[in-house]
Order: sequence, then C-alpha cells, then structure tokens
Amino acid sequence: MTRPPLSRRAMMAGAAATAPFLAGRAFADDKPITLLNVSYDPTRELYKEINAAFASYWKGKTGQVLDIKQSHGGSGKQARAVIDGLQADVVTLALAGDIDEIAQRAKLLPPNWQSRLPNNSTPYTSTIIFLVRKGNPKGIRDWADLVKPGVGVIVSNPKISGGARWAYLAAYAYGQKQGGAAGAKDYITRLYKNVPVLGAGARDATTTFAQRNIGDVLLSWENEAFLTIDEFGPNYDIVYPSSSILAEPPVALLDKNVDRHNTRVVATGYLNFLYSPLAQDIIGKHHYRPRDPKAVAKYAASFKQIPLATIDQAFGGWKKASATHFADGGLFDQIYKPA
Amino acid sequence: MTLANPVVGARPVSSVRLPGLAILLVLASAVVMAVLVLLPLFVVFHDAFAKGIGKYLASIRDPDAISAIQLTLLVAAIAVPLNAAFGIAAAWCIAKFEFRGKAALLTLIDLPFSMSPVVSGLVWVLLFGAQGWFGTWLIDHDIKIIFATTGLVLATILVTFPFVARELIPLMQDQGSDEEAAALTLGAGGFTTFWRITLPNIRWALLYGVLLCNARAMGEFGAVSVVSGHIRGLTTTLPLHVEVLYNDYDFVGAFAAASLLASLGLITLVLKTGLEWRHAGELAANRRH
Repeated sequence: MTRPPLSRRAMMAGAAATAPFLAGRAFADDKPITLLNVSYDPTRELYKEINAAFASYWKGKTGQVLDIKQSHGGSGKQARAVIDGLQADVVTLALAGDIDEIAQRAKLLPPNWQSRLPNNSTPYTSTIIFLVRKGNPKGIRDWADLVKPGVGVIVSNPKISGGARWAYLAAYAYGQKQGGAAGAKDYITRLYKNVPVLGAGARDATTTFAQRNIGDVLLSWENEAFLTIDEFGPNYDIVYPSSSILAEPPVALLDKNVDRHNTRVVATGYLNFLYSPLAQDIIGKHHYRPRDPKAVAKYAASFKQIPLATIDQAFGGWKKASATHFADGGLFDQIYKPA
Repeated sequence: MTLANPVVGARPVSSVRLPGLAILLVLASAVVMAVLVLLPLFVVFHDAFAKGIGKYLASIRDPDAISAIQLTLLVAAIAVPLNAAFGIAAAWCIAKFEFRGKAALLTLIDLPFSMSPVVSGLVWVLLFGAQGWFGTWLIDHDIKIIFATTGLVLATILVTFPFVARELIPLMQDQGSDEEAAALTLGAGGFTTFWRITLPNIRWALLYGVLLCNARAMGEFGAVSVVSGHIRGLTTTLPLHVEVLYNDYDFVGAFAAASLLASLGLITLVLKTGLEWRHAGELAANRRH
C-alpha cells in the first residue's frame, strides 16, 4: 500500500465548492409568508404576473412579505398530487371535476366549495379553439375538417389534462349537434383516429405542435393559442370553429391546508384578488376571458364570440361527464386506441 | 462475473487482421455514436449559448436555477454518502462472510437496477403520501416527506442504491479475506483492520462507485419527478428545472441548465476513464461499466 490515500485536500476542496450553495438554503430565512398555488399547465405566465401584483398589493395593505410558490402540470395530475399530500394553500385548476376529486378523496375542502366565490368560483373563462400552421395549408375551418384523412390533430390526454377534457367535450358537443349520441360517438372516434400522440398536458401538446412541428392542427386553450403566437412568432393562424365549449377553470381554498399552515387570511385575500380590476386586467392581457365588465370591454375585440356549449346543459355537470366519458372504461377508453 | 481474469489489465493481442466487414462495422458504430451522442451534446451547448453568454449566465443566476442547483447538490450530498456507507457494509458482509440468504440479499441490492424509476418514486407516495400507509400520522405530526426534500432524497437513494455495492462486491470477493485474517492474528482490532487493510484495498473501486452513484443521483429524473410536486424554487432539482423551463418556452434557460448536467456527465466520464486507466487492476474485477 504505497499509494497515498485519497487526498484529504481534494475532499476539503469538494466540500468548500459545495458549501456556499448549501449554506444559501440554510440562511435564506427572513421568514416571508409562503403561499403555494397548485395550478394547471398553461397558467404559468398568468400567475407569475398575478403573484407579483398580489405580493405588492398585500405588502402595501398589511406590510407582510409574501413568497408565492407555483406548481404547474396537467390538471388531473396536479389534483392527484394534492390528494397525495402536496401542501397547496389554493388550487387553480382547469375544471371543477378535479377539485371535486380533492374534496371527495382527501376532504381538504367542503363539497360545496364552488359556491363560496363569485361566478362558480371561476374568475375567468376560456374556450377551445384551433391553432393551424401559417396559411392553413390543410384548409381547416371547422370541426368537420378535423376528421378528414391525412389531418394530424394534436391534443393532450383527457385522462390527465384539463384542457384535453374541455377539447374532447367541445368535439363531442359538436358531434351531438350533428347526429345525437350516436353521431357524437362516431365523430369523436374518427377524430381521435387522427391523433398521432396524446400529450401529457396542454403545454406538452403545444410544444409537440409548435416546437417539434408535429401535426396540422392543435386543439388548444384559447389563451394558449394566443400565447403560442406571441412566443413562436407568426408561424401559426388561429381558427375559431363554428362552436365550442365554455371552459370554466375554477379556484379554491384548501381549508385543511390553510388552517395547518396558518395562511387562511392571505389565501382568501389571494383568491378574492383574482376578481379585482387589477387582476382581471392581467387575466385579459394573457388572453383569458375576464369577468369584470371593464376588462371585458377592454379586451372584447380580441375574443371572437362563438356559440359555446356549457358543461351543465350539454353534459349534465362534471360528475356525470366524468363518469360517462373519462372514468376507466368510459367512452374515451372505448373509442381511443393508441396508434 | 465473480471469476476475474488473473491477467486483467493486459490487453488481449489479436493475431487476426481486421477483415473488411469489421472495418465497416467500426465505421458504422462511429457514425451511430456521433449521431446519437455527440450531436445531442453539441445541440445542448449550441442552444444554451444561442443568445450569447450573457443570457446563458443570466439563466444560471436566476433564483429558481440557483435553488435547483442547491437542491440537487443537497440531495446528492445526503444520498451519495449514505449509499457509499451502505455499499461498503453490504459488500463487506457479502464478500467476507458466509450466511444464509446471501443470494437473496444480492438480488435485493440489484432490484433498483431492474425497477423503473417511476416505481421507485411511486412507492414513497404509497407509503408516505397523504392517502398512503403512514400519511395520516405524518400529517398529524406535521412531517413533510414527499413533495419535500426528504422525499427527493429517499427516491434518489432508492434509485442509486446498487452503484457502490455492485462496484465493490466482485473486487472484495476477489481479494478474499486473507489480509484481514493476517491483521487480526497480528492483534489488530476490527476497526483498525477495516481502516488500515480493507478500505485502502478498495479505495479506487469505492471512488469509482461513488462517481457513478453521484452522476446518477444528480441526473435522476423519473423517480424525483413523482415525489417532487414541481414547486418552483423549492422542490425542482436540476433535471426537473430543465423540463419546467422547456415547457415555459425558455429554451436558452432549459439548455443552460441542461449544459450543467451535461458538464457533470463529461467530468464524470473523464474521472471514470482516468480511474480505469490508472487503477485498472484494482477495478478490474468488475468490467460491466
């Protein structure tokens, strides 16, 4: 054993190199109030701006410093994480059914949560529209064009993505109008035959379409379609179909979590802030359809008015829609076979 | 695998000239390697610096990026030493002693290699998630395991569990326990024997195993993704941060973070090759990597 043992100096150097990074975590402790908003996929940019606005509003009002954390992913996946213990103070998800799941399985909030805030706890609405490649080379104008042979439709998986559920239901509502339940089933069967790959979330589907250049048309949140054009330049055209669905992404306070974290007051303030003129303006700016009349008027020109089916009228509410269409063995499982 | 070639380290001499077909095969594999390995590596650095070095540095200095780097280092700093200690202990037992269930223990150590990382993450959710076996108790006592650093560490430990042990076992089996026996008969205690005989004998293999373990610990995506909760600036490790930024359309940021991981890979590769070159004899019992 003539070789020197592992150099002690080398070990010290390694420790010294990592120390500042580790120490940074330990000492960054001037105790702002932390709030966690667990949200769905396309709201990343929206909440980044709203969080900054709310933090300065709240500091002015109470003097408290806030550190608002964000987590984003497919709406169903995010709900699952909250059920499994992700310590969200508020959830801002893509559809009421996902928050119902949290209420039912983890009992973090009461079943009547949706009546606690104005407008069914949805501070804004949105809808599902088409994004096509520049000049619309495949001539896609309406839902009927999506089932033509040779058209690649990009959409995410309705099992885990909220936007994908709205897209599925918008398509189904169109089919229903054309030929009742049988017509609707036939229509969506043919539609999902044209889907080469199901994305994991709205953002995943968008990058598949825009970054990886797969498919001819993206079934997209209206806000996501506008954002794609903002981000990737004018390589795309937005197409409004003849009809779509009224998407209502709700927000809710998780009572058990905020009481455990002692954040009920600030979390309530946060959700109420979403209805304030300031937040409503940010909402309109990010291409979500605001509720506040002033913001509605300001951004009216950017949203085309088309007939929108509602989940309650066309599908009898989320509970029924989930059981019929998205539960294991439901209609989606029957009609979709991965290519 | 346990029967090591006694003349390892010496290069096998080929007396046959490479036939034409073999040259073609070598060329083909070189092309495949260039396309599958070098090209993606080039793309990572190319896209990271696509908007200049200023943008690159800015994305690495972003608070969320710094937090991701810190978290990655912290997780590795806990998981790797624990796995090293465990690996030495397991290899020591297996190589130097005979006991019932040895084969079963060996198989168990290998299990994480054959298990999908998603499963390695999900088991912790099933155990410690709010709906899991210990969920209610943990919540009542305000102990956060999953969707917190602890969960990330647990998932990483499980995934990187076999690296050190698997590196040491063949070598220690090969070395046998003669030297230890000699030390003991000369009056050395158990600890002295371990410190003066066993550890120096395995140090290079240990370093090799730690290196691989560390590379995997810092690069792991699947298992940590399941237990992370993806809270920005709090529970996103560097690989998760890459995904977040990519989905934010921040491609420079995503590839800048990816370039850090790629550099880690390159450094590991250099160190690993150096070890293989200088200390081949002390690693040779294990040529799987």
